[in-house]
Amino acid sequence: MSKKLVVSLSPHIHNGDTIQSNMKGVLIALIPALAVSLLYFGLADLYIILTSVLSCIVLEFVINKYLFKSDRLTITDGSAALTGLLLALNLPSGLPLWMVILGAAFAIGVIKMSFGGLGNNLFNPALMGRVFLLISFPAQMTTWPVNEWASKAIDGASGATPLGIMTGVLNHAPGVSLDQLPSAWEMFIGTTGGSIGEMSALALLLGLVYMIWKKVITWHIPITIIATAFIFAEILHLVNPIMYADGLSQILSGGLMLGAIFMATDYVTSPMSFKGQMVYGVAIGLLTIIIRVWGAYPEGMSFAIIIMNGFTPLINTYIRPTLFSSLPKKVG
Amino acid sequence: MLKTFSIGGVHPEGNKISAHQNIRQAELPKQAIILLGQHIGAPAKAIVKRGDEVLVGQKIAEAGGFVSAAIHSPVSGKVAKLDTTIDASGYRKPCIIIDVQGDEWVDTIDRTPDLVTETALDSKEIIDTIKEAGIVGMGGACFPTHVKLMPPPGNTAECLIINAVECEPYLTADHQLMLEHAQEILIGVKLLMKAIKVNKTYIGIENNKPDAIELMTKVASKYAGVEVVPLKIKYPQGGEKQLIDAIINRKVGSGKLPISTGAVVQNVATAFAVYQAVMKHKPLFERVVSVTGRSVAKPSNLWARFGTPLSQMIDECGGLPEDTGKVIAGGPMMGKALPTLEIPSAKGTSGILIMQEKESRRLEIQDCIRCGKCIEACPMGLEPYLIIAQAMKQEWDKVEKDSIMDCIECGSCQFTCPAQRPITDYCRLSKAKVGGILRARAAEARAASESSKK
Repeated sequence: MSKKLVVSLSPHIHNGDTIQSNMKGVLIALIPALAVSLLYFGLADLYIILTSVLSCIVLEFVINKYLFKSDRLTITDGSAALTGLLLALNLPSGLPLWMVILGAAFAIGVIKMSFGGLGNNLFNPALMGRVFLLISFPAQMTTWPVNEWASKAIDGASGATPLGIMTGVLNHAPGVSLDQLPSAWEMFIGTTGGSIGEMSALALLLGLVYMIWKKVITWHIPITIIATAFIFAEILHLVNPIMYADGLSQILSGGLMLGAIFMATDYVTSPMSFKGQMVYGVAIGLLTIIIRVWGAYPEGMSFAIIIMNGFTPLINTYIRPTLFSSLPKKVG
Repeated sequence: MLKTFSIGGVHPEGNKISAHQNIRQAELPKQAIILLGQHIGAPAKAIVKRGDEVLVGQKIAEAGGFVSAAIHSPVSGKVAKLDTTIDASGYRKPCIIIDVQGDEWVDTIDRTPDLVTETALDSKEIIDTIKEAGIVGMGGACFPTHVKLMPPPGNTAECLIINAVECEPYLTADHQLMLEHAQEILIGVKLLMKAIKVNKTYIGIENNKPDAIELMTKVASKYAGVEVVPLKIKYPQGGEKQLIDAIINRKVGSGKLPISTGAVVQNVATAFAVYQAVMKHKPLFERVVSVTGRSVAKPSNLWARFGTPLSQMIDECGGLPEDTGKVIAGGPMMGKALPTLEIPSAKGTSGILIMQEKESRRLEIQDCIRCGKCIEACPMGLEPYLIIAQAMKQEWDKVEKDSIMDCIECGSCQFTCPAQRPITDYCRLSKAKVGGILRARAAEARAASESSKK
């Protein structure tokens, strides 16, 4: 017979899902958050985002080609661009661009590529980039520019962030009380201060819905984080309503939504099984509130995720999916 | 809420292109090549020799053991030789080659279309007839049916489950068989119930075949204890363990037989074959084969005698398309890609799927991104990402601990992997390796216990 046939093992079909399509799904899910930040902060944000994304892509390309001497073009999988974008979203608007490049270099060069590239890194590169900058440049990293759009539209919006107020109260700063917290609605739509991507909980939640709909991620990690943080904060608030902010303010403020939806759900650094993911989510929720309330930094989200990234291999070893053959055998 | 199995599963596109094509008789081959190993277990032993004249339905090979099945001539003519031929696995296997002359049937076979509803046979006689007729599981695994009807000591059959799921994309043979032969199938079901002495039967049909569900429900309403269960569409629902879970919510334990749950599962085409064997005295020598694929000119469901070369059936359906890349015996999830089309059809040939060149190649393999989608997809609750990683490092002891022997090779993990990793390939390799280790260990233990007795 003249015609040559392809012979391979089954399955002979694939659902068409690729690494690129998943990364694209996350990028699309970030569009609402990006739109909100551009609306609020304008072009300054765009420069930071472009700088961060470009630095990540260029660096990964260079390392891959000249250090790994690999012919595989890994930047086309979209993960470097995503790391760049997520890093930018975790930075305050108005950060000097050279700092952005430094953060991107740390994220890609040290955290991602030195472990072998996508799939092999222990920690979330974008978050480590942010924490690296936070520790190196604490002043610049916690200076939030005034949300000009919001201050024009809504009377009295200020640069003081909800987390800043909460920390002030916890440190007994004079003249600060939890009454000064913006309303939950303001935090929900994002007219308060914060990093580029963490402005509007609404925009981030839209992204979550999209990703769950498109099966990019499952609900397990984001929902357990948000629920745990809410319940834990609410318990503290009930114990002492003057010192501790209520659960809703806690989950709507700072980087909690951004972290829970986009950072903690990073495939590579989160646990594999649903059970493991839920343990990871609960731990992140608890750690975030613990760091916010009793830690030195006002924001605990990044640290909580990074700590749990470190526990992920342990979780994968001890929390395994239930075998079909060990499922409860209901007889009847 | 429609029933389905508990964990995992994927949703491949149905692509039932040959659906609702009436089953037509395939042409007789000029030369029939009849494999002696058309089932799981020992190959059959030829009882004819070169030059013998045979009739359609005449036994030409007898079962080679308890787990084996007899083979009957699908054609009439003269035995040309006992030889070997390449089968769907790609290996050369023993076969009987018959030069076809006319179409003379054994005269005991009732060839009328009349429905026979009553039989005086008891349980044992029905099972013997099934065994004598060479009937095997028609779903693809080809496990001899009489073996499944005789539960090993300590197990009792509580119910019969008829597998009419046909969860493999493209295949439509069972669907069409139900539409055209519902009455016969239900009589077959009754015979199976009598054989295993149960009074409850569930017929599981996926919800993508509403006409079959409707018809089968209507016909089944005349039979006490027979219930049609519509199932949510999800692959691999036709897997025996998944189907038992979906319908009676019981789980088959690791290394246990399905009968441990009290369920005997038989394919719907097997029930039809049982009807024909018991009521019409017709042994198993033909079946419905779907010939399908996106570029196939005439997607069809054919009644094809075993031993018909697949190339001939493809020619009957408009010939091999120009853009063919791969030809598969069976469905796209678990079927076997064929090295040549000169392979004879056999008891397990449920379909011939012709894939286009562009559908035939795998994409480049990338590094695992640890997304966990394989875990979500695995219907057995395994961690496929871990199995492939360990198998690549040949860490068979770890793979064994991670319950590789539970794997049913359904392909869901590889189907869903965004990094295009060949997970199922490595699962198969692992099963073969670990299976070898387990057998060696058992042999060693046997030898040790024997020497200690001395």
